Amino acid sequence: MIPVLLIVVPLVCGLVGFLFRSERAARGWALLASLVTLAVSLWGLTLQKGSTLLHHSSAWLPDLGSRFSVGLDGLSTILSLLVAVAFPLIFISTWRTEYRRAWNFYALMLLSQAGLMGVFVATDALLFYFFWELALIPVYFLCSQWGGERRIQVTFKFFVYTFVGSLLMLVGLIWIYWHTPDHSFSMESFYAMHTRINSKDQMWLFWVLFLAFAIKMPIWPLHTWQPDTYEQAPTATTMVLSALMVKMGLFGLLRWLAPIVPEATWAWGDTVSVACIIGMVYASLIAIRQDDLKRLVAYSSIAHMGLMCLAVFATTSIGMQGVMVQMFNHGINILGMWIVVELIERKTGTRKISQLGGLAQKAPGLAILLVVVALANIALPLTNAFVGEFLMFTGVFTSTATKYNVVFTVVAAVTVILAAVYTLNMIKRVFFGELSALTAKVSDIRFNEKLALVVIVLLIVFIGVYPKPVLELTKATADFILAKMNYKL
Amino acid sequence: MVNLVWLIPVLPLAGFLLTGLFRNYLSKTLTGVIGCGTILAAFVISLLIFGEVRGEGFEPVIIKLFDFITVGKLSIPFAFQVDQLSTLFLLIITGVGFLIHLYSTAYMHGEEAPHFARYFSYLNLFVFSMLLLVLGSNYVILFIGWEGVGLCSYLLIGYWFRNISYDNAAIKAFVMNRIGDLGFLIAIWLMIDKFGSVNFEDVFSAAPAALSRHALVLHQGVSVGELTAITLLLLVGATGKSAQIPLYTWLPDAMAGPTPVSALIHAATMVTAGIYMIARSHVLYNLTPATQTVVAVIGVATALLAATIALKQDDIKKVLAYSTVSQLGYMFLGLGVGAYTGAVFHVMTHAFFKALLFLGAGSVIHAMGGEQDMRKMGGLGKRLPVTKITMLLACIAIAGIPPFSGFFSKDEILSAAYGRSPVYYVIGVFTALLTAFYMFRLFAMTFMGGFRGTDEQAHHLHESPAAMTIPLIVLAILSVVGGFVGIPEAIAPNAHLLGRFLAPVFGENAPAAATGVSGSMEWVLMGISVALALIGTFVAVGRFSRRPDLGEPSGFGRVLANKWYVDELYNALVVRPLDLFAQFLKFIDKHVIDGIVNGVGGLVQYGSRQLRLLQSGQVGGYVLMMVLGIVILFLIELFGGHGSSAALAPSTFGKMTGPAVGH
Amino acid sequence: MPINYYIFLSVALFCVGVAGVLTRRNAIIIFMCIELMLNAVNLLLVAFSKMHYHAMAATNPNAGTDGQLFVFFIMVVAAAEVSVGLAVIVMMYRNTHSVDVNFLNRLKH
Repeated sequence: MIPVLLIVVPLVCGLVGFLFRSERAARGWALLASLVTLAVSLWGLTLQKGSTLLHHSSAWLPDLGSRFSVGLDGLSTILSLLVAVAFPLIFISTWRTEYRRAWNFYALMLLSQAGLMGVFVATDALLFYFFWELALIPVYFLCSQWGGERRIQVTFKFFVYTFVGSLLMLVGLIWIYWHTPDHSFSMESFYAMHTRINSKDQMWLFWVLFLAFAIKMPIWPLHTWQPDTYEQAPTATTMVLSALMVKMGLFGLLRWLAPIVPEATWAWGDTVSVACIIGMVYASLIAIRQDDLKRLVAYSSIAHMGLMCLAVFATTSIGMQGVMVQMFNHGINILGMWIVVELIERKTGTRKISQLGGLAQKAPGLAILLVVVALANIALPLTNAFVGEFLMFTGVFTSTATKYNVVFTVVAAVTVILAAVYTLNMIKRVFFGELSALTAKVSDIRFNEKLALVVIVLLIVFIGVYPKPVLELTKATADFILAKMNYKL
Repeated sequence: MVNLVWLIPVLPLAGFLLTGLFRNYLSKTLTGVIGCGTILAAFVISLLIFGEVRGEGFEPVIIKLFDFITVGKLSIPFAFQVDQLSTLFLLIITGVGFLIHLYSTAYMHGEEAPHFARYFSYLNLFVFSMLLLVLGSNYVILFIGWEGVGLCSYLLIGYWFRNISYDNAAIKAFVMNRIGDLGFLIAIWLMIDKFGSVNFEDVFSAAPAALSRHALVLHQGVSVGELTAITLLLLVGATGKSAQIPLYTWLPDAMAGPTPVSALIHAATMVTAGIYMIARSHVLYNLTPATQTVVAVIGVATALLAATIALKQDDIKKVLAYSTVSQLGYMFLGLGVGAYTGAVFHVMTHAFFKALLFLGAGSVIHAMGGEQDMRKMGGLGKRLPVTKITMLLACIAIAGIPPFSGFFSKDEILSAAYGRSPVYYVIGVFTALLTAFYMFRLFAMTFMGGFRGTDEQAHHLHESPAAMTIPLIVLAILSVVGGFVGIPEAIAPNAHLLGRFLAPVFGENAPAAATGVSGSMEWVLMGISVALALIGTFVAVGRFSRRPDLGEPSGFGRVLANKWYVDELYNALVVRPLDLFAQFLKFIDKHVIDGIVNGVGGLVQYGSRQLRLLQSGQVGGYVLMMVLGIVILFLIELFGGHGSSAALAPSTFGKMTGPAVGH
Repeated sequence: MPINYYIFLSVALFCVGVAGVLTRRNAIIIFMCIELMLNAVNLLLVAFSKMHYHAMAATNPNAGTDGQLFVFFIMVVAAAEVSVGLAVIVMMYRNTHSVDVNFLNRLKH
């Protein structure tokens, strides 16, 4: 019931949204719809585990053995909660941004929310794929209609890149489906395959599926669509992309890959881990040299996603819970970063760090909120990211899945230092120092932006100080996935 | 009372929130009251707890507030540990912290109200973090405070954020601390891996047991090598926070912050966090002699290096900064030779006299209207009598002249060092000579001789207000008498109150007894160090009170004035290459990796452009291709390698040839 | 008469048709060649239908009828095609004063 509502509410509201012809009404409608979704999501949180309201299954494509089955376990709960929390914040923080044909913009945003929700709650592989693509299509239109100057070519690249991955994934899913004894797309049938697929098939199947997820996350060296897209997309869409869509890749890895081909996950673990670590250090170093705020945040995000992927392949319960917590945290934190970037760009008309400076004098409120978000970005203790990163690093360090756990951890942890370098340098060059020509007339943060950022800051601090509720939420699912991954034990 | 220990950090936290959130609405007076009041209250509670803890037979109490992280077998509670060591640090932090808060109300009075409140909120946040650091009952809580103080240090160094060079100093401090923190973090992960816990009691009780078990069962437990790795990594963390070689260069730059901040964070409390951490982990260090040697060598080398640099600095705060680095080196030496009580004792006395020196320097800078160059001072003693006298007391204390506090603590470390190796002692005592020399050079150049500043400055010279002089006087008293809690055995048996107080933490080897230095030998050692300190003092006073060296240093002096060119070396070895590498990667990313992606796209486009030519629009061509296609399919069907279809084709033909049509 | 004769005849007719379509540019001749190919197929269908009827009539009285049905379909379709196709050719002649298909390679004027 609840997962169905989570999909249906934004879907229907989005479709209705196309009918509006007033910008104000469309905006209000979108905010209302996202708040209703949030309320549904919170209602789901209050229910006991195992409540019948948390699952739903009805006939969809019976000839193909695919059902419309959706459910909320720990992992989907926390991710659908992230989606539900993020959208109202996006709408509130970009309240004053004006769009051409705004009704279409907001309707498409809601449709992408429906797609995202579907991805996270689907327990049927074909349904998962369906929503995976459904989430992509509105984003394509959002980027290509409301993006920056180079939007057409960049969006084309983004779309084709991710689409190649999706098609490979579809091939993999169909292959598995074909080999299930009961020709079913259901998650149970897929999970039952983890001992039936022989090693040789697992090895290539892993890559067919993983490429799709790796492109989405993105993992080095498949990341080059990301900075361009983040830079060119309208910021509200960038928020959706970076806070939510990249989690689809990790989610796919956790739900549709690692438990199904565990042997290959072990076998390729080191290979992927090396790519993750290279990506982390590489992206952090590039972030140091970035002059464009959006690209800086994009590269920072690549580094953070690399760590999460690394922790998945560590196959430890500490790391796994760290990943799940961090998925939520990273979404919240980067949302905060984007809100600030959007504000700076709107107020000063530039994203070039070299043209900014001294903003703290003109916008102290913004500066304080940014500093908190930035500290979360560098995983300072008592912010949420510390909990996640600490657990993930601990997980990688204590991993028995690889012989190189110590080397991996130490090299990856160098990014902790590099993150401090690029984040603090960014703060310095944007907020401190003397005013520049562009920042001299800037006003401080307005109520709506403050509201969104304050909510984010409160979440950051709350989870940072008292992560227990989140950890308990994800515990059972982490153990479940690990039990599938540790097929040998 | 001990159960109320959570109030101690919560009060500064409340102060931080109040002054931080309402900074635009609070008057300066109210901000000052909140800022100082919360710390004072925390100090009072600390005193009450101290009264309880110093009683006989007090057992360490662990107060668990809530579960911080509980995952699988790993459980990290948010818990505080109250024992003798943490109580002592509580007193130092809240006591000295309160005095410096009080001083700040006057020193920072020129700031606008919101910035004044911002300053106090940072300061309160710092005290909160520092208290977390010393109260935490496991390494993760310690680490939370550890990074928290680093953050506050960053915020306060960059307090005047309009000045970019201050911001750079702040970032340098944070990043260098982070390098150390990484070592600390890896040590924590190693502990989780080997011990399955980060709680002090678990780790400390498991370590010796694991080692002894290791001797019997080779593949189980922790080896000495792993324990050494843990202690060395903790040491890396400590070198970052406590400004030791190789991560010390941030501390002198950190003097960009307001002077009370330098006194509180970069002299009295935060930089001693590394000493606290190692003293707290003394169980582990005692098991790993190799690490102890490293600690001692780093300590003594830092002490000497920083002291030589301090000889040639002209900025009054830079001299004090290098002096701090040098004194911290002494503390590390103490830790390295197993004189944990001595090190903690020196932390305490150093907190008194170095805070006093910084606050005195602040008073001087205040009077000079922001001037920090000692070459432009001189003869200030007449106009600033309180500052002069208190500074003099502090200089005597730091120089190690009895019966001032610095003598007792430094002597305890030096005699313990002698017990371990005379080399440590010789370098240590030589550094003591240098210390006395550069401190009295500072004193002489500032307070003695004639005034060398501008007329306007001379006109403006005045003694600081009471809010600034009272902390000076209190700290001066403490600097003078603070040493009497640790009188060595040789002078008066059983008079080492601090040693007795800390004995439950450090065990029986706490006082000088462990050093193996006999009573008469200790008298000799004391005599040597006092004599050298006096020599340094008189040479410096004699040389700098009348004719201070105002010219640019030359020769070796220039190397010292330029801090041995260590900053330049780090820039050339680490910062520049990393920057170039980053630029290189940016190029690679754009042109190679993205180039490959775009290349694939380009290839597809090129291919389709070529294929497009086949689509000429000539119907005949299409038909020809179709026919050719059909023919090829026929041929494949007839002669292709497909077993089934090839086998099928002849037989079908065979069948067909059989029957005939029609009549 | 053996079935092979029919097969060879219709293959020959078909090849004539293909060759005509490939080599000629006059739309009407191409059209007639297409008809030739269709009729070659018709011939073959009828021949096979008859053959099957003879072989299977004992067991299945309907054997071979579907082949005959196909022939009728093809004839109907061919007739429809002729009417549309000739109309196209007439229009084409009106526009270009030629029935050469090479003038029609752009699907527009």
